[in-house]
Amino acid sequence: MLKIRMLPIAVFAVIIGVFPWAARIVPGIGNYPDLMVFAGIYCLITIGLSLLMGYAGQISLGQAAFFGIGAYTSGILTVTYGLNPWPCMLIGMIVAALVAVLVGVPSLKLRGHYLAMATLAFGIIVFIVFNEEVDWTGGPDGMSGIPGLSLFGFNFASLERYYYLVWFFVFAAFIFTINVIQSRAGRALRAIHASQAASMAMGIDVSRYKIAVFVYSAVLASLAGSLYAHYMNFINPSTFDLFFSIKLLIMISFGGMRDIWGAIIGAFLVTFLSFEWLHFFEEAEVVVYGIILLLVTIFLPHGLAGVPRIVKGWFRS
Amino acid sequence: MEEITLVSQLLQYLITGVTLGSIYAMLAIGFNIIYNVTEIINLAQGEFVMLGGLVMVFFSVGVGIPTFLSFPLTVAVVTIVGILLDRLAIRPIRQPSVLTLIIATIAASFIIKGLAMFIWGKNPFDLPAFSGRNPIHFFGAVIQPQYFWVIGFLIVIVILLTLFFEKTIIGKAMSACADNPDAASLVGINVQRMILLSFCLSAAIGAVAGIIVTPIALMEYDRGAMLAVKGFGAVVLGGLGSFPGAILGGLIIGTIESFGAGLISSGYKDAFALIVLLAVLFFRPSGLLGSIEISKIKRF
Amino acid sequence: MEVQKTDTILEVEDIIMSFGGLLALANLNFDVQKSRIKAIIGPNGAGKTTLFNIITGVFPPTEGSVRFKGNAIEKLKAHEIARRGISRTFQTVELFTNMTVLENVMVGLHTRMRSSLIASGLRLPQVLSKEEQMRERANEILDFIGLVDKSEESADSLPLGERKLLEIGRALATEPELACLDEPAAGLNESETQAAADLIKRIKDRGITVLLVEHDMKVVMNISDEIMVLNYGEKIAEGSPEEIQNNPEVIEAYLGGGEDYA
Repeated sequence: MLKIRMLPIAVFAVIIGVFPWAARIVPGIGNYPDLMVFAGIYCLITIGLSLLMGYAGQISLGQAAFFGIGAYTSGILTVTYGLNPWPCMLIGMIVAALVAVLVGVPSLKLRGHYLAMATLAFGIIVFIVFNEEVDWTGGPDGMSGIPGLSLFGFNFASLERYYYLVWFFVFAAFIFTINVIQSRAGRALRAIHASQAASMAMGIDVSRYKIAVFVYSAVLASLAGSLYAHYMNFINPSTFDLFFSIKLLIMISFGGMRDIWGAIIGAFLVTFLSFEWLHFFEEAEVVVYGIILLLVTIFLPHGLAGVPRIVKGWFRS
Repeated sequence: MEEITLVSQLLQYLITGVTLGSIYAMLAIGFNIIYNVTEIINLAQGEFVMLGGLVMVFFSVGVGIPTFLSFPLTVAVVTIVGILLDRLAIRPIRQPSVLTLIIATIAASFIIKGLAMFIWGKNPFDLPAFSGRNPIHFFGAVIQPQYFWVIGFLIVIVILLTLFFEKTIIGKAMSACADNPDAASLVGINVQRMILLSFCLSAAIGAVAGIIVTPIALMEYDRGAMLAVKGFGAVVLGGLGSFPGAILGGLIIGTIESFGAGLISSGYKDAFALIVLLAVLFFRPSGLLGSIEISKIKRF
Repeated sequence: MEVQKTDTILEVEDIIMSFGGLLALANLNFDVQKSRIKAIIGPNGAGKTTLFNIITGVFPPTEGSVRFKGNAIEKLKAHEIARRGISRTFQTVELFTNMTVLENVMVGLHTRMRSSLIASGLRLPQVLSKEEQMRERANEILDFIGLVDKSEESADSLPLGERKLLEIGRALATEPELACLDEPAAGLNESETQAAADLIKRIKDRGITVLLVEHDMKVVMNISDEIMVLNYGEKIAEGSPEEIQNNPEVIEAYLGGGEDYA
């Protein structure tokens, strides 16, 4: 039932690969590569979140915190301490993993609204820390001067190069995640989603798995945060607020949490929405997202993947 | 001349904390009313408080209607918003699950907040205090008279609600719904209407909280989210679904926040309530007055 | 007729279970002999499922101990107990409805065929071959329970009788030495009940011990080697099917002297 075929992935890879070249030639798609970098960064987060919420059936309303942890760890270590960005990215992922274990162990014992609120509270606390620890993070004014990335002299300063770098990571994460979903571990996660009691009876250590997926989603979000920091060269706490955590939720909902492709599609849609179409309605962002989220929740509980079913339903009646 | 001694400082924090706590208690009561009848956690609860303040500003400051009229008018308007929330955001969901309902109320809170931003802008607003701003001095602590209004309203609301749920027919019907909706509908209680009523009550109480706290703490369009989370903290601390728990939880969280902000760090003010929330969830999710059995007997 | 003693595989000693003020099980003592079928019967609320929950580690007893193959297990968590060789089915069939029939059984193989998360993510060849092995093994089990031609169907599309069989098959996949079956015949019609009873007998033939909670007296009397009767959390009788059928206390408390067993 979950045969994720390689063909769509290959097609997608080709599209991504060819896109910057096409953007140069086809008029009107001019600034899209920049947008696509953001889409890629968001995809990294949504892939992990989709595994956590869609497959394992958990809830995280504080994922922005891990995004921020990655960004700020990279920022602080490279700016204040002048370290090489690549190991800092790794350190960020380790920090995110540790925080995820610390928060996850007590939280993932909770269910339903308790779990949701615990992750929500966690996300807000981290946000407050980013704002308050001015000596480390620069506080509400943010932190600038974050260097770009380069590897053995090869500089990722140009938009195109960074684009490929980000999407390389996205594909790596995507394929790894798909492999996990189709494996014994993926089955265990789906089993946990369906019935924790039966999973335990089958010898699955449910809490270990929940924490593992939570850590995985945190690590991916942290990687995304580091990539974001080195791209923008500037970060400030408002990027990592509750609103962003909810935006991630919208991305996942669009995709219909059951499908990892949904994570990709949702990330694209919301990125385009916020950068392109809502550009004129900056003030309206909050309302529009609220309305979209509500409509998706009411009418598309299975995300866009459920549209064919709904349309079929219309034709039948 | 009164000195500012440690004792008077602590007293100040305590009184501020109890006042703040009364607002959280009202939020918590509102949460519980909806939860008890529907098992939904309404994360838009904070928006009712925000609207209470801002709509009151509109009526009494903007339009110039005297307080004794604009107060009930505001409550009525916010109650209508509560009805819309039930009808437009909750009712239409066909496959309600914990997650979808949480998301729906979050979405609704965004819509309300966004619209508030359009209407009132981003700046905070003030309201005239009900009985002036001459501070009362009490053993070195400085108390705004509005504090007494806040605490007083909490007491009044608690008394009115207790009477409502125990003495009136509608109130008893709501209690019945909370205990056992199937049985309740079998005896002819319109469960849908009770759900609507629970939203109305919660919205009204939230509105009152917003109106009475604005003269103290001002009000702006995005206050709702933090209020909702802290209100939820009070709910969980007191025990989800428990009426006395809501009051106790609210007062305790308000006091902790006040002392924390005063003694430890005012920048981390908001974090204290959140840390309490996490601590309760991690160590004793049933809360102070809740227990696994009691939480099954939902009571107002 | 005396019950033949082989080895004791499960010993339940002085189990007391109280929930708040409610006493669900009181001073329960019994053994289960290896490769035998032992049925637990009793009126609703007698504490049978509570007993199962204790044995399979869903929650620990208030007091008392449970020994499996000589080792105390009452404080272990459910997944640890499953790994040691005790598996179970549920009164309310808890299938993984988001998976196919085959995948449900494959989850049962989870503990017996391990592979690491990283190796899975990297799709290493040893992971793929293990996956193949799991499929084969799962198909064998489906064949044993008679559902092999429905292997690719969604688990929740099966009728109740087949769901119960699937749940048993899934429990078998964990390679248990003791299988705890909670009301395997509940809600089944005549032929489905017969299929379930046959399956349980074949399970015993494989050497697996079966602990069975059941209301259907025909099944119980037919396939059990030994029966224990619970009432209000206490054991009121234990013995062979004939002994139980003729036990006056049991007849009064439960069998009611009539045909109404279910």
